[in-house]
Amino acid sequence: MQLSMNWLADFTDVSDINIKDYCDRMTMTGSKVETYEVLAEDITGVVVGKILSVVPHANSDHLVICQVEIGAESPVQIVTGASNVFAGAVVPVATDGSNLPGGIKIKKGKLRGEVSCGMLCSIGELGLTTHDMPGAIEDGILILNDVGLADAPIGEDIRKVLMLSDTAVEFEITSNRPDCLSVIGLARETAVSFGKPLNIPEAPKPAVRNDGETIEKYLSVDINNPTLCTRYSARVVKNVKIAPSPLWLRMRLRASGVRPINNIVDITNYVMLEYGQPMHAFDYKCLDGSHIIVRNAAEGETFVSLDDQQHTLDAASLVIADEKKAVALAGVMGGLNSEITDETVTVVFESAMFHPGNVRVTAKKQGMRTESSARFEKGLDCENTMPALDRACELVALLNAGEVVDGTIDVYPEKKVPFTMPLDAEKINTFLGVNLTREYMADVFHSLDFAVSEDLCTLTVPTYRDDVRCMNDLAEEVLRIYGYNMIASTLSAAATPTVGARTERQNFDMHLRDMLCGMGLDEIETFSFISPSYYQKIRLAETDVRRKSVVISNPLGEDTSVMRTTMLPSMLKVLSDNTSVKNKNVALFEMGKVYLPTKEGELPEEPGRLSIGFVSEADKTGSGFYRMKGYLEAILYIAGITDVDYVSCDSEPTFHPGRCAKLYKGDKEIALFGEIHPAVAENYNFVTPVYVCELAMNTLFDVRRLMMDYKPLPKYPALERDFSFVCDEDTAVGTIAKEIKECGGKVVESAELFDIYRGAQIGEGKKSVSYAVMLRADDHTMTDEEADATVTKILDKLAAAHGITLRK
Amino acid sequence: MKDTLLKIKSEALAALSAENADIEALRIKYLGKKGELTAVLRGMGKLTPEERPIIGQLANDVRAEIEAEIEKMSSAAKTAALEAKLKAEKLDVTVPGSKIPVGKCHPLALVQRQLEEIFLGMGYSIAEGPEVEYDYYNFQALNIPKDHPARDTQDTFYITENILLRSQTSPVQARVMENTQPPIKIISPGRVYRSDAVDATHSPLFHQCEGLVVDKGITMGDLKGTLEMFAKTMFGEDTKIRFRPHHFPFTEPSAEVDVSCFACGGKGCRLCKGEGWIEILGAGMVHPNVLRMCNIDPEVYSGFAFGLGVERIVMLKYHIDDMRHLYENDIRFLHQF
Repeated sequence: MQLSMNWLADFTDVSDINIKDYCDRMTMTGSKVETYEVLAEDITGVVVGKILSVVPHANSDHLVICQVEIGAESPVQIVTGASNVFAGAVVPVATDGSNLPGGIKIKKGKLRGEVSCGMLCSIGELGLTTHDMPGAIEDGILILNDVGLADAPIGEDIRKVLMLSDTAVEFEITSNRPDCLSVIGLARETAVSFGKPLNIPEAPKPAVRNDGETIEKYLSVDINNPTLCTRYSARVVKNVKIAPSPLWLRMRLRASGVRPINNIVDITNYVMLEYGQPMHAFDYKCLDGSHIIVRNAAEGETFVSLDDQQHTLDAASLVIADEKKAVALAGVMGGLNSEITDETVTVVFESAMFHPGNVRVTAKKQGMRTESSARFEKGLDCENTMPALDRACELVALLNAGEVVDGTIDVYPEKKVPFTMPLDAEKINTFLGVNLTREYMADVFHSLDFAVSEDLCTLTVPTYRDDVRCMNDLAEEVLRIYGYNMIASTLSAAATPTVGARTERQNFDMHLRDMLCGMGLDEIETFSFISPSYYQKIRLAETDVRRKSVVISNPLGEDTSVMRTTMLPSMLKVLSDNTSVKNKNVALFEMGKVYLPTKEGELPEEPGRLSIGFVSEADKTGSGFYRMKGYLEAILYIAGITDVDYVSCDSEPTFHPGRCAKLYKGDKEIALFGEIHPAVAENYNFVTPVYVCELAMNTLFDVRRLMMDYKPLPKYPALERDFSFVCDEDTAVGTIAKEIKECGGKVVESAELFDIYRGAQIGEGKKSVSYAVMLRADDHTMTDEEADATVTKILDKLAAAHGITLRK
Repeated sequence: MKDTLLKIKSEALAALSAENADIEALRIKYLGKKGELTAVLRGMGKLTPEERPIIGQLANDVRAEIEAEIEKMSSAAKTAALEAKLKAEKLDVTVPGSKIPVGKCHPLALVQRQLEEIFLGMGYSIAEGPEVEYDYYNFQALNIPKDHPARDTQDTFYITENILLRSQTSPVQARVMENTQPPIKIISPGRVYRSDAVDATHSPLFHQCEGLVVDKGITMGDLKGTLEMFAKTMFGEDTKIRFRPHHFPFTEPSAEVDVSCFACGGKGCRLCKGEGWIEILGAGMVHPNVLRMCNIDPEVYSGFAFGLGVERIVMLKYHIDDMRHLYENDIRFLHQF
């Protein structure tokens, strides 16, 4: 809502208050000021002048030299290229040293040898349009004679003559206060905020033409759907003379951000701004018959709005219709078929009340939010239709725009009953933590137009304040006037002791995050929605279950249109973006969620996931795989998880079939990891191997070690034996470790791989694998003989079961 | 024999004081099992009982004197050798250290952690809720029925007519209240979604942190006290807060809350756009309709709620001028925190 301070002055006087203080105080009492603009502040030194003579410029075929009277001792000479100047014309003159909008400075100068002491201005140069100044032309000097200002005093400041000086204050009105989307509403708030008197005139009584004709001769109205239209008031104006509105009205509209059109349309806008009640005016002669029906649209009914847009309506929409056609979309916009034109002679003014939700849905569906629908959808006051309608008619008379026909149509099936409620001062004080008297509160409510009972115990809420219904609402009214910041800070919220603690899972995640950082991985945050094409990019099969995503029905764009079912595309994208700007040693992790659809109409599952990814050096051996496995082993170590299985996996299309594995604890899959497939690498423009991992956090948490049980430190020394085995190239080294542990039994404390060697001495298709084995008994010092016996058992088993022998 | 001993002594001391004396060889020569002094002592048996103690005493003195000298010389030599070794081992301390890889937490996570710590310390627990949420919890249970104009201020992503991406963390309030009897003291940080195109100050996905307290006798003064304590901990002891009246459908009274600018202390600067105040959160007293819908009797209990944007705090705290950095994850950006 953009408020003209000149207009506000009609109702309350705040001329003694500095505009900055005005805005601050209004904000602090609940009418938030976004910004304010002192209009025409940038126009200085522009005065009314009268052209005394116009002679051609000797050195130019398009310039003329004017002698202009500007109220100074002598006329000034001004050279202009405009062709519409003439002796006797009254014009705006930007004098030497003046300023114009856009930071333009006018200085005395010479044009082709002739002195020019300023500039004659066009409307554009004064920041105006032909809507603001009908009668003026765009490409020429503004001739004040053409706009009814021939008598403007010479030398007068143009801002005064054109009524340009005003201050426009932009309010951000919250949706609960549609009454403040009006000059009167804001005047009321202003008066309360500054303790100023408020002068709202009594209900306007427009002068009517007493020629015996009454509105019944012209019109009858029926409301078919009283739920969606709770009141319909109308008046008729005849012998209308469509013309521009007077300057003062145009300038008020302009200061309010509304474009002047013609007197009748301007009146509807003026009243809407002043009273907050949207009005509609339509051309009576365009009605088929004299019967107005407020009805639901027929399914599929078409309607062309004032802005020449074709709409197809559904049965939920409400229209204002004559007997044959819709003439307006209720509360949203009028129809082109009954638009006010220069030929209009009889006008129907409509001032009605429509259902907020219905207007909102219709406006949204038809894609036309208007000033009218924006007000209706917040819920307006039924009681306001008549004062607004009468004000419109009063303006008709004032502007001499036509003759108001006697009588009013007012269909109001169920008169609104004012809401009354108790004023419980004690409760309000306790709730807010303040100590105000009942009298103070009563004063606040009185100034807010509430009726207060004599005993100060009962309030009647104004009909335009449907937002006030319970004690909390009253508390807010009192508080915003008393001052939100007058409340003393207390902390009795701590009266009931509560323990502030993370859950075990929250702690688990937090510690893991810290550990991952400690391992040298940078944490990233990526969007939860991705493009469905990303599944293609990571080569998921068409039938892959992971392609089944939660789909956003109204996405911003394709690239954020589905909720991810895997974190890998996000990770790969970030790795790729970093690589493309030549960042080195990129190693990242993200802890987030994926969104897995469940049943139709139910919420998806949102399991936690951890993704890890890094860009590796170019390397044939796949060392990055073992680095990734190292991260996983570290995570398992932190979570206290042992006895896991790494199972080679060649069926994940995102991964290199020979360098991919799944990590299991029993039958629970914890993670999938490996080197990405060369085709995926190409999709993301990687030139060196990239390794990624996706880990199921919920599963990891489920299989974590629950109890931290202390195990005594060993009392007896261990024996360490190193072995180098020779086995076939395709023997998994894990097999050897597994056999050592199983065969050796509990005396095998550990078996650590320390070398894998391939070479001529070993032979083609063979490799040498070296283990350091620690043997220890927990109840005595192990002898060499005991150790030898265990070793022999292991070696026999390896030879017999796998053909693995000691390297000679 | 006395002369022999004195001769050995003077010879030994002379030899030891010579330059480049081989200390170990001299020790063997004089004090070793087959050394000169030992040989002399072996001849003690031939002495008379009267002479024996005198010569014995002298022999011991000579021995002690030579030993002391050897000790002195060898320790000096050791010290010299050590010094030489240390000198040779001197390193260039300006050579860079070995690269120990250390990762950084994302700035959003850092600030979220800080928020959590502040409220955990005040006795709050951390509640979580789904991001893909029912319309009911995101709107209806929060006093925002279908077709309420307040829905317009949060352009929402819908999955179906009744399922959406939560546009605020407030649905967690409703979920917690439905399942918990007061006292309730929770915060709920998390991702929220709104249909805003990406630019320097907007993102279709961002993070909020919700707070909710419900108990008997909770007042608006408690809300103010709580937020004041939060602001002082988060932004510094001198921080002040200011409430501005506002409207949220699920709180009444409602306020927007500003903190005094932590860059200029309230004098007005570029960060606060000359205002001296920076808006950081919305808050209010829980609307009785919301309590009622969650089966909490507003005649018995009252409560307050607040919500803040985590990105906004991150950007203010680290003077980040473009929100996109937070989701682009360029490591040159991440390494700064």
